[in-house]
Amino acid sequence: MTRIEETGPVRRAFARLRRNRAAMGGAWTLVGVVLLCFGLPAALGLDAQSTDPVRHLQPPGPGAWLGRDSLGRDYLARVIVGGQTSLLIGLLATLASVTIGVFYGMVAGYYGGRVDEAMMRLVDFLYGLPYMFLVILIMLLFSETARGEPLPVFLALGLIQWLTMARIVRGETRSLREREFVLAARSIGASDLRILVHHILPNLLGVIIVYATLTVPAVIILESFLSFLGLGVELSWGQLVSEGVDVLNPIHSYWWLLAAPSALLGATLFALNFLGDGLRDAFDPRGDG
Amino acid sequence: MSGVDGLWLLGGLLVVTLPVWLPRGAVRVTGALWLAFAALVGLRLGGVLGDSPLSILATFLGIATVSWATGAVALLRRVAFLVPSLVLLIYVTTLLMYAAPGNPFANERAASPQVEEALRAQYGVPEDAADFFVVYLRRIVVDGTLGPSIKVQGRKVEDLLAPALPVSLALGLLALVLAAVFGLLLGLRAGLRPHSLSDHGSMAVAMVGISLPNFVIGAGLIVVFSLGLGWLPVAGWGGLHHLWLPAVTLALPYAAYIARLVRAGTIEAMQQDFVRTARAKGLPEREVLFRHAFRAAVAPAVAFLGPAAAGIMTGSFVVEVLFGVPGMGQWFVKGAINRDYSVVLGTATIYFGLITLFNFLVDIAQAWLDPRVRESA
Repeated sequence: MTRIEETGPVRRAFARLRRNRAAMGGAWTLVGVVLLCFGLPAALGLDAQSTDPVRHLQPPGPGAWLGRDSLGRDYLARVIVGGQTSLLIGLLATLASVTIGVFYGMVAGYYGGRVDEAMMRLVDFLYGLPYMFLVILIMLLFSETARGEPLPVFLALGLIQWLTMARIVRGETRSLREREFVLAARSIGASDLRILVHHILPNLLGVIIVYATLTVPAVIILESFLSFLGLGVELSWGQLVSEGVDVLNPIHSYWWLLAAPSALLGATLFALNFLGDGLRDAFDPRGDG
Repeated sequence: MSGVDGLWLLGGLLVVTLPVWLPRGAVRVTGALWLAFAALVGLRLGGVLGDSPLSILATFLGIATVSWATGAVALLRRVAFLVPSLVLLIYVTTLLMYAAPGNPFANERAASPQVEEALRAQYGVPEDAADFFVVYLRRIVVDGTLGPSIKVQGRKVEDLLAPALPVSLALGLLALVLAAVFGLLLGLRAGLRPHSLSDHGSMAVAMVGISLPNFVIGAGLIVVFSLGLGWLPVAGWGGLHHLWLPAVTLALPYAAYIARLVRAGTIEAMQQDFVRTARAKGLPEREVLFRHAFRAAVAPAVAFLGPAAAGIMTGSFVVEVLFGVPGMGQWFVKGAINRDYSVVLGTATIYFGLITLFNFLVDIAQAWLDPRVRESA
C-alpha cells in the first residue's frame, strides 16, 4: 500500500522537480531571501525609520553596509523592511486570486453549457481591459483611508489577477468532469458540492500550485509598478527602486540606492519564475519546455 | 455604490453576454447595430461627421444595414461582445472614480454649496455616478466631444490629449513591433533546436525580460546608454533618438513572452504529421518551416498579441513617467490623482477603444492563420 502511495503523481512530480537544477536553485534563493527579510531585522535590531541628516547619502561602508539614503536612513534596513512588504503582498494577493480563480473556474467548468459560456464571457471582458487602469482606480478608492497601508494594494492586485487561474482551472475541470471516477461518484449519489471538493479539487492541486507560484512574481511586479507611480505602499522594493531612479543623475552616482533593491527584487523574481517553470515541467511532463 | 448602480451593472453584464443567449440571426442584428454605434462615435469624435441629426441617423442606419448584409457572422458576434464591453467599461470606470474619496471640487478653498453646485453644472459633473454616465455618453455621442477638463482651466480633454495620443501610439507601436520581431527571432532560434546551446541562451534572455520589472530594466538602460556611453538622451521627447530607450524597455517583457510562445509553438509544429509529410516528399527544411510549419508555430503568439498590446499600452504609464515622455499615460495618472473625471474617462475611453480595435484585428489575424478557428466561428 505504501509503495503505491510513494509513487503517486504528486510525489513523482516533486522527484522530477528535485532533479531540475534551475528550479532548485530558485527554491533555495527564495528561502534565502525570506530568511534575510524576516530573520535579519530581529537578529540585528535594524532601524528603517530614524533619519540622520549629517550622514545623508553616505556610500556603503562600516556602520551602514548598504549606505544611507537622502534622509540619512540606513539603507540595509530599508531594503529588508521593504522586502517584507513586497513578499507579503505577493503572498496575500496570490492567496486572494487563487481562491477566487479556483472557485470561479471550477463552477464554470463543472456546470458547463451556457453558465460556462456566460461566466467565461465575463472573464474575457475583464481580460480584454487594461488591468493597470482598474488597479489604479481601485487604489484610489482606498487612497485616503489607508495611504501607504499594504492591505488595499493586495486587495486590488488579488481582485485583478484571478483571471488566468480561472481559465486554467475551468479547462482542467471540464476534462476531469468526464472521467470515470466522477461518474462513479455521481452514480452512488454524491452531491455536486461533494464531487467538486472531494473528487475534482484534489486533482487540480498540481495546476493550482504551478500557477500560484507564477502569480506571486506577477503580483510583486505589479505592486512595484504602483509604488513606482506613487500609488503603492509606503516602503517596498518598487518604491525604493523608484527613489533610486529619482536621484539618478550624470554628476553624482548614488548607485547603491538603485542597485540594492533592484538586485533583491530581481533575484526574488528570477527565483520565483525558475521555480514556477520547474514546477510546471514537473507536473506536466508532456511539455517539452 | 448604491443598489441602483448594482442593477445597472447587472444589466450591463447581461448585454455583454447577450451573444451567448441569442440565436444566430439576432446576434447578426445586434452586432451590426453596435458596429454602427461605434463607428458613429468614432466619426463624431474625429470631427468627420457634422451635427445634423439627419446625417447622424442616416450614417447610423447606413453602416448598420451594410454591415448586417455583408459582415460575417463570426465578426459580428465579436462586435456584439466588444462594443458593449467598451460601454460597460466606461460605466465601471465612472463608478470607481465616484467611489474614490474626494471629488474634483474638494480642493477649492472651502467652496460654499452654492458655488460647488454652480461648478458642477458648469463642468457637467452631477453628484451621482449613474447621472454622470448618462451625461458623458450624451456628450460623446450627441455632442461629439470628450468634455472640458476640470483641472486644466478652459481646455477640452480632446485638445489636451491630441498631442499626447500620437506620442503614445508611436511609442506603443514601436514597442509592439520590437517585441514581435525580437520574440519571433528568439523563439524560432530556440524552438528549431530544443535543448541546444542557442535554445538555452535565448531562453535565458527571455527569463531576464520576464523577471525584471521594466522600470528596473529602463533604469539600467539609462545608466548604461545615457549616463555611461552617452549615446542616447536620458529623457525627454523630440525625435526617434528619444524613442529607442523607452520602446526597448517597454518591449522587453513582451518579447520574452512571445519568444516562449513561439518556441513552444515551433517545437509542437515540427512534430506534426503534416511536417513529416512535407519532409517525406523531399522539401528542403527552409520550405518545410516557412511554407508548412510557420503558421502553426506562430499561432499562439498571435493570440497573445491582443493582451500584449493592452499590456504595452498601459505599461507605458510607467515608462512614460520614467523617461519623461509626454504621452497619454501621464495624463491618466495625473487625472486620477487630481480627480479630474473628464480627463480620466477621456484617456480611458481612448485606451479602451484602441485596445478593443486591436483585439478585433487580432481575431481576424487568428482566423487567417488557423483554419480551425475560421470553421468553428
